[in-house]
Amino acid sequence: MSARKQLLGATLLTLMGAAAYAADAIGAVQKQPLNMTAIGMFFVFVVATMGITYWAASRTKSTADFYTAGGGITGFQNGLAIAGDYMSAATLLGLSAMTFSKGLDGFIYAIGFFVGWPVILFLMAERLRNLGKFTFADIASYRLDQGTIRSFAAFGSLTVVCFYLIVQMVGAGQLIKLLFGLDYTTAVIVVGVLMVIYVTFGGMIATTWVQIIKACLMLFGGTVLLFLALSQFGFSLETAAQKAVEAHKDGIKIMGPGSLLADPVNAVSLSLGLVFGTAGLPHIMMRFFTVPNAKEARKSVFVASGCIGYFFMVVCALGLMAIVIVGTNPEFFEGGDTAGKLIGGGNMPVMHLAKAVGGNLFLGFMSAVAFATILAVVSGLALAGASAIAHDIYARVICKGSATETQEMRISKLATVALGVVAVLLGILFEKQNIAFLVGLTFGIAASTNFPILILSMYWKGLTTRGALLGGLVGLVSAVTLVVLSKAVWVVVLGNAAPIFPYEQPALFSMPLAFFFTWLFSVTDSSARSQTDKAGFEDQYVRSQTGIGAATASTH
Amino acid sequence: MSAEIYRKVRANPRFSELEGKRSRFAYMLSAVVLITYYAMMMLVAFAPEVMRTPISAGSTLTIGVPIGAAIIIGSWLLTGWFVSRSNGEFDRLNNEIIQEATK
Repeated sequence: MSARKQLLGATLLTLMGAAAYAADAIGAVQKQPLNMTAIGMFFVFVVATMGITYWAASRTKSTADFYTAGGGITGFQNGLAIAGDYMSAATLLGLSAMTFSKGLDGFIYAIGFFVGWPVILFLMAERLRNLGKFTFADIASYRLDQGTIRSFAAFGSLTVVCFYLIVQMVGAGQLIKLLFGLDYTTAVIVVGVLMVIYVTFGGMIATTWVQIIKACLMLFGGTVLLFLALSQFGFSLETAAQKAVEAHKDGIKIMGPGSLLADPVNAVSLSLGLVFGTAGLPHIMMRFFTVPNAKEARKSVFVASGCIGYFFMVVCALGLMAIVIVGTNPEFFEGGDTAGKLIGGGNMPVMHLAKAVGGNLFLGFMSAVAFATILAVVSGLALAGASAIAHDIYARVICKGSATETQEMRISKLATVALGVVAVLLGILFEKQNIAFLVGLTFGIAASTNFPILILSMYWKGLTTRGALLGGLVGLVSAVTLVVLSKAVWVVVLGNAAPIFPYEQPALFSMPLAFFFTWLFSVTDSSARSQTDKAGFEDQYVRSQTGIGAATASTH
Repeated sequence: MSAEIYRKVRANPRFSELEGKRSRFAYMLSAVVLITYYAMMMLVAFAPEVMRTPISAGSTLTIGVPIGAAIIIGSWLLTGWFVSRSNGEFDRLNNEIIQEATK
């Protein structure tokens, strides 16, 4: 039971990043024979995206083009790109794996990851678009002290970006070893080099289109797979469910809630971390600045949540059908024992399903899509990190706005290259480490540091510089401390017998702490600065509601 | 220049009307989505047998499946309602307010 619970915990946690395979399969992943179909398909993807980068480079002239595609992305395109960010390798592999092993529980979990989107639309999308220019720090420091809050917000963004980059890099290396049969180090270097090329030359235009193409490929692949798999059950979900119940060791239990949700506190903390962590991820927020106005920003969330909702349902259906098609086929199990371990680890059912119903060609296609997914996400991360360094720290804090466009562009490209080098080195360094704790940290910090500052600066007049800084620090320290005391670090890394903090995600505890102390340090703040902070709210409020003065699309 | 416009907008009673309507709408929809979701989670935690009820006599699929699908599709339709009302009615009002303030 405890081993099963442990495995389950690993699956849940991994769902939170695109590192599905990374956390529970590190060290266990066997290098597979070279898969030429997959490599060939991936090569086509790379050639196509390089063509787009070449085209994008000719349109990337100003910093606005570089950071936000000049605000020239339509709502529909941006919706696909956001969906692409959210439909990671982890949702494809992790969610289907969860349904494969736990049945309905996997679906219930998927819903928890979905419902955040409508709420982000209702409460945040339009204000983000109206207030932001290039980065999340633009909004956080809109009426607060530029030096302090912008530096702190940029630091928050960079921390999240770096941790998440490591997660993605290690995940990429493991996944590629498994699916393509390539060497780990080679895979990490390929990802790093391609990411730097996309971002330095093509900026946000290339990054967005890479994400759009990948989202379309993923939706297409998922739909074809659904069609092929359903055809084996006469296109009846009821028949598939019946056969799944017969094939699964838990029988009829898989059609109802089970052990996954046995601890509601853990489930709620995880879903809070995912929903509000997502809203606090710099590369997701950045997407709202790429559209010309609030109207398009709203449309993009509508498109994104439609794609995400559809995809989640498809993936869960795939997991259910994999119980029958993969779970009863000895070909996919180590030593041909269907009661034993799946080849390649617990997150592989959907890949095996692709092979079972579509042959090697389709498996190659899905593998290439999974690789493209990681590439698209790391490019977005690198761009978010580069804008925090060049726009926030260099142009605003160090040069105090006196840097020229050319200087800022040069710094942003240098920053991208530097981030690429750091990402590759850390990716190689962390190969053999268990990095599950980094996923918890990334989302914990995003939800407990970035998100509270962001939402309070938009909604609460009383927020002051002191409150935002100290409250943000409380969120940061409590998130980091709780992750260190949780199983991922306290037991797995430090080798203690039992965790002091029993849950996987700190958000349920660190978020309220951050909000409380932000409030406390704001209401007790009677400095001169606090008067300026509050006085700025009126103008900010009118702008956030009407869009007057908001950055508009640049003309080409 | 902007500060002047912001003050004018703030003083316009139609701005208060717009933001009141729009905020109430946004809060109401958020509440609908979150309450539905957490109601389902309560069912899962405290009355799991309800979720295990078969859709119809003799079927294997349980009502957990359509309930889950309904939450995803329903909240997506709500985003559609939000977008159409915001991009239509609210944006028209918004543009009129901006025009009044800038003329």
